[in-house]
Amino acid sequence: MSVAAAAAPARRPFFRKTGALPGFGLALGYALTWLGLIVLLPLAALFLRASSAGLAGFAATLSDPRVQHALLISFGVSAVASIAASLAGLVIAWALTRYDFPGRRVIDAMVDLPFALPTAVAGIALAALYAPDGLLGAPLARLGWQVVYNPIGIFIAMVFIGLPYAVRTVQPLIAELDRELEEAAATLGASRLQTVFQILAPPLIPAALTGLALAFARALGEYGSVIFIAGNLPGVSEIAPLLIVIKLSEFDYTGATVIAVIMLIMAFLVLLIINLIQAWSRRRMGNA
Amino acid sequence: MPDPDLQRDRVYVSDSVVTEAPWARAVIIAFAAIFLALFLLLPLGLIFREALAKGIGAYWEALTDPDAVTAIQLTLLVAAIAVPLNLVFGVAASWAIAKFDFPGKSFLITLVDLPFSVSPVVAGLVYVLLFGAQGLLGPWLQSWNIQIVFALPGIVLATVFVTFPFVARELIPLMQEQGAADEEAALTLGASGLRAFLTVTLPNIRWALLYGVLLCNARAMGEFGAVSVVSGHIRGLTNTMPLHVEILYNEYNFVAAFAVASLLAILALVTLIGKTFLEWRYGEAIAHGRR
Repeated sequence: MSVAAAAAPARRPFFRKTGALPGFGLALGYALTWLGLIVLLPLAALFLRASSAGLAGFAATLSDPRVQHALLISFGVSAVASIAASLAGLVIAWALTRYDFPGRRVIDAMVDLPFALPTAVAGIALAALYAPDGLLGAPLARLGWQVVYNPIGIFIAMVFIGLPYAVRTVQPLIAELDRELEEAAATLGASRLQTVFQILAPPLIPAALTGLALAFARALGEYGSVIFIAGNLPGVSEIAPLLIVIKLSEFDYTGATVIAVIMLIMAFLVLLIINLIQAWSRRRMGNA
Repeated sequence: MPDPDLQRDRVYVSDSVVTEAPWARAVIIAFAAIFLALFLLLPLGLIFREALAKGIGAYWEALTDPDAVTAIQLTLLVAAIAVPLNLVFGVAASWAIAKFDFPGKSFLITLVDLPFSVSPVVAGLVYVLLFGAQGLLGPWLQSWNIQIVFALPGIVLATVFVTFPFVARELIPLMQEQGAADEEAALTLGASGLRAFLTVTLPNIRWALLYGVLLCNARAMGEFGAVSVVSGHIRGLTNTMPLHVEILYNEYNFVAAFAVASLLAILALVTLIGKTFLEWRYGEAIAHGRR
């Protein structure tokens, strides 16, 4: 960088674009204006509101046990659900990539259903399915398991929406795994399990962690598919996004803002972690 | 998703050294199939079963109810505004990002992706804080008698926010891969910039564009959380289809709720089929398939 700067003419402009095509100014200007108006300005308004609430506003909101519990439920269940989705996702991605079986293509396409299905629709379907008189809920109820209107219901919904992220992030990497490494391991006398855990698993770890982080971020912010199955009992199965909606409907703008800022900061942290994982994997594997 | 043809070559059928034992393979396949059937197919099937629980007559009645019709119209209208807006943004942003080098480029890409990491509820909240009666611009808007929150503009804004990255993120990797050489050749041959874009760039990116629009549209029509916060739930006025589903469900009108939901489920299925078809037929022309 410094060499290039030294070699450049003395009056090198601060902002310098390269590329011979026309339309750069127009395209970038339009994109930045639109980005600013739709995304950045509204997010700035949120932080402005939060800063005007001050530390006292944060303390007041966060000392409410109902808020504490909602945040605890949101973060806790999201973490457990994204781990479960990642583990299931690994196995599913493995089956879909490595094996050929009837219906594989259809199943592969179905993995994206939680992306495509509107969250409210998924929410009422899951709630009806797992309700005590539902198709799956009734047999579970006979076993004495109540899975709706409590954190287990939230868990089910969050695994549902997190699953595509978990599968789709590891699937391309499984497809790219070098078969020769496996053969080499086998000729050197490794058992299949040794090969799987010592040869095949390590390159998949960064992608699996990225999938985990994406599923976590999505689960944390999820609203539509969770609220119907959760039952929303304050202190039991109330999630943070719902509490934002409730605070808004009570005109407690400060309370809503405080919860939103905490969730937003958490989302940014997850984004940062994903970038760090990818940088780490690039350093370690020599590619993206 | 990997290219299906390529993938098939990589499926090892009977090489015992480099694959799992047959029983292990059976267990893994069974796990994947049963898990996905229970988790994905069953809820999907249930929507249609519940919608038709009281016969096709009740189903039709639920869909032709005036409130349902206005909800459907509003959803179509919102998508018809939001999707083109994000289409234009996506093309402009990826033109600047993929065809040129400039400082802060990777930061810009991160910002474009930002709305994906924001909770839909927070996305709705920011517009209420900005444009609502107690919001930053609320008093000013009121003095001009402009209603944004609890009206169509707010619903459109919230929808644009949550679908913001869809088109751009399909186009950026593809256009980066394609580079600028084709357009530069067109320019040296005397084409204008606009002509180069229309006759060179656009044909190169059309399938990825369609792919992005497909996903963007699905999300725009199905968005619930963000729209729910800004809409105010005024029945027959600011209710989109997902919000109408919620209201009907909360009124224990399950047949009607699942009937409207079934339309959204059909939309999801059409989206999935279109997406799978594009990946299968034009996988090479969609960068998504090779990321």
